Amino acid sequence: MKKFALKTLWMSAMLLAAAPLAFAAPPEMPRYRFENFTTANGLPDNHVFAVLVDGDRIWAGTENGLAVYENHEWKTYTTKDGLAHRAVLSLALDKNTGDVWAGTMAGLSRISGGRIDTYTQLNSGLSNDVVYGVSVEGENVWAATAAGGCRFDLRTGQWSLYNERNTPMVEIWTYAVSATPTKVYYGVWGSGVLEYDQKTGRWDKYDDPDGENEMVLFKDQGLIHEIVTSVSYVDNILWAATYFGDSRYDGRYWHNFLTKDSGLPSNFTNFVKGVDAKRAWFCTDKGLAYYDGVSWAVYRPSLKDGKPEMTVRDAEGNVTPVAVTTAPAHNYVLGIDFQGDDIWLATAKGLSHGIRQQQ
Amino acid sequence: MSWRNQTRMRAGVVAGLALLAAAFFTVALWTGRAVHADERDSSSDVLDYASPLEVLLSPDGARLYVLCQQSEEVRVLDGASYAAIKNIAVGRVPRGFSLSPDGARLFVTNSWDDTLSVIDTSALAVVATWPVGAEPSSVVEDRAGKRLFVANRISNDVAVLDAQTGVEEKRLLAGRGSSYLALSPDGSKLYATHVYPNPSPHRTAPESEITVIDAARAVVADRIPLHAIAGVFHVAFSADGRLGVVAEYHPKNLVPLAHLEHGGAFEDTITVFGADVGKTVEVPLDELERYASQPFGVAIAPDKSRIYVTSGGSEMVTVVDVRRLLRFIHTHPGPFVQDLSASANYVVTRIAVGHNPRGLTLTRDGRRLFVANRLEDTISVIDTRTNRVVSTIALAGPKKISVLRHGEQTFYSARYSFQGQIGCATCHIDSTFDGIQWNLEPDGFGRSIVDNKLLEGVKDTEPYKWTGTNPDIPTECGPRTEKYFWRSEQYDNLTLADLAVYIRSLPPRPNRWRLANGELTPAQERGKAIFERAVDKFKKPIPEYNRCSYCHSGPKGTSQKIFEVGTRKPTDNTGLLKAPPLTNIALTAPYLHDGSARTLEEIWTVYNPDDRHGRTNDLTKDELNDLIEYLRTR
Repeated sequence: MKKFALKTLWMSAMLLAAAPLAFAAPPEMPRYRFENFTTANGLPDNHVFAVLVDGDRIWAGTENGLAVYENHEWKTYTTKDGLAHRAVLSLALDKNTGDVWAGTMAGLSRISGGRIDTYTQLNSGLSNDVVYGVSVEGENVWAATAAGGCRFDLRTGQWSLYNERNTPMVEIWTYAVSATPTKVYYGVWGSGVLEYDQKTGRWDKYDDPDGENEMVLFKDQGLIHEIVTSVSYVDNILWAATYFGDSRYDGRYWHNFLTKDSGLPSNFTNFVKGVDAKRAWFCTDKGLAYYDGVSWAVYRPSLKDGKPEMTVRDAEGNVTPVAVTTAPAHNYVLGIDFQGDDIWLATAKGLSHGIRQQQ
Repeated sequence: MSWRNQTRMRAGVVAGLALLAAAFFTVALWTGRAVHADERDSSSDVLDYASPLEVLLSPDGARLYVLCQQSEEVRVLDGASYAAIKNIAVGRVPRGFSLSPDGARLFVTNSWDDTLSVIDTSALAVVATWPVGAEPSSVVEDRAGKRLFVANRISNDVAVLDAQTGVEEKRLLAGRGSSYLALSPDGSKLYATHVYPNPSPHRTAPESEITVIDAARAVVADRIPLHAIAGVFHVAFSADGRLGVVAEYHPKNLVPLAHLEHGGAFEDTITVFGADVGKTVEVPLDELERYASQPFGVAIAPDKSRIYVTSGGSEMVTVVDVRRLLRFIHTHPGPFVQDLSASANYVVTRIAVGHNPRGLTLTRDGRRLFVANRLEDTISVIDTRTNRVVSTIALAGPKKISVLRHGEQTFYSARYSFQGQIGCATCHIDSTFDGIQWNLEPDGFGRSIVDNKLLEGVKDTEPYKWTGTNPDIPTECGPRTEKYFWRSEQYDNLTLADLAVYIRSLPPRPNRWRLANGELTPAQERGKAIFERAVDKFKKPIPEYNRCSYCHSGPKGTSQKIFEVGTRKPTDNTGLLKAPPLTNIALTAPYLHDGSARTLEEIWTVYNPDDRHGRTNDLTKDELNDLIEYLRTR
């Protein structure tokens, strides 16, 4: 009996020792418990285009108004309150003043202490009423519109417009903007990425390297595609999303991401937000992806059966499922913002709060 | 040379006279009578009046600080004897001041040079002058002494400054014409008011707000709406912080301004708010034949028994019994604003003071109330137990009433209108404009809505009225005004002449969009070229009458001629309008004769479909922006 027990113990120890060789554990990637908000629990519309974290307040730009979640309650601003349009496409926070800027289908609105002031192409110098992107830097509000970019100087009230007449922009359909004190980047639909140097006042352009195709022909040759949907500039790194893959640019080298050579669940990327120089979140039509510089994690309802799904892809390309019980409201993700360790997601079927779980 | 420049040249003389006068200060009883022509100095000299606008007591009550707008100084008086101690020169046209919580520093906003003077109250000297925003109008330091908040009238914001260095941290969006500030007694919240209404749709009631700022975080925490209010002035709190009050104008501009005797053009009101009230409540100060025209300064007694409100046009202080007011509010459903019998329920008395009373302050025990009579160079001292003026402090300076001063007194006084309801300054706040549109009787009821115009720089821009039918200022301000506005005939010829001289003397404020070196920015240069062009983008000549620079020619931007620019509305009697001056055009939204264009952009994006108001439809959006950038420099 004693002999049998020792043998069992010895075999168990051997199995445990050999286990890592046979089944390598996936990299530790952040896990979340998702709480989802829809019209069933206060959201004015399930189509959420943009999300913004403002301390304890969460702003959601929906197809039917601008909703703010505070103290476990939703409040919705509509055109009756002065909002430019019911469909809110983009959001930005002026961290200095606490004002929120909302880009809509019919103008740019400023929400300040509950008061909404709206700027349109008719009542102001705004270049176009369709405001796809907005970003606040210092006392400048930068907007990406369907007729070029523009900068609104809050100090002087001056509007400066940027289009094919004064920048290297070929198309004027600007889709996204990321403004910082040093650089401002525009994502332009069909015209790549525009870079504005705040110090020199000069514009530069990143698009198809050979000038003949819309995309790079060789990996890491340049911006992956000219149809840019989103840009995020953080720690001197540009993250750019397109409908045909994504790119990272450090000022000298490009690194491109496709489903075939990365953990991206789809090349069709709506939105990208860099955490720092190494890490970024990608919002695609087939789920949310997180890249930590080496490995990838994807969060979504399963495309097959809708059940919560999380997968982790390591540096070697090994994909490991992780057991989860919750998922974002939908796999079509349009935006993300951070609240400490938590994440908030804008999706095509609701707003999701990803609550970071201890691992 | 402008009268202000002349005034500045004489500053040294004033200071000398003031010091001399300090030895012979006088305290005289004021009789409350009108100024008569025989007291008037018929010379057109510019006299160096003090024009006390605001008044403050040091925390220990030992000193009385008087902010003198015309002499551009703070006069320091002994708090007990009222003897002059020192005059401290500050910046141009100071408008507001406040003490640090410990009383060690006195901050002064200089509205015309966009600076803040910091006065050391021990040395009684300016120790720093800091640049701030456009037209700073009042200032408050937080309890911790970390931040200063400055209300900027032109930039429509409240700037947040480091209280030690003056370095600006940020600007918070406030109401249009941001002007007056008060800190809640616990120091947690800052309340800001504004003198022009916020933008609202054409021919709707004006909308104003009290901007509530979280003092610790320096962000806007809330905005208390003030519906149908245009012109909000001082704000004050009870010592326990449970009652707040603002002084304000309630215009009735959506109905024809026809008969003052049938209900008037304005209600002069206060809005009370806070825990004692439970909600925001507007109550009138007026009663029949006793109007409280141009309410401005407010103070609440330390024991919360009384609210005191100055009325610049009615030359009096209204005393409100707080207990009766709260009982009235809590037992009546309201609204009260149109009820001229309401004030009898809570107004205790009305105390006559001097010409154009403005700022006021109470002693710590609440026994004495000091009121700055701006256009009389006096301070009324009121015994709050008897509600009587017990003495009047005469500030050093000219005793004769100059033509200009008499004209200015006439401009601000409501005594010439029926029942003393309104004065010129009721619509032309601080001699500017009010940002609202009126339906005046001469054009017919419901006809020819007109936007109120800026007065500064109005000299030599005749003819007047939007239609240019008044050839000169006496015609504009004389019989027409008496008949259709005042509903009385009280101006004598001298008074009307003096009023016209005063209005013609009003200089334009410094333009904030021009660079300090006088040059134009690249965008402004491009806009100037568009303004002056004679050929459109398709190389077609632009007819003279369709060029910006033809109709808006000359230094003030008006050819003084009549044009039809396609802006006639169905309710207008005529489409023929005088080209209005462009003086400080950036400040005077809304635009066009009826105020239908909310912004400069809308003049051309909405109201110029046929290119009759200048050839503009060939311009790109960038070019229109450039044109507007240039116009802002005018």
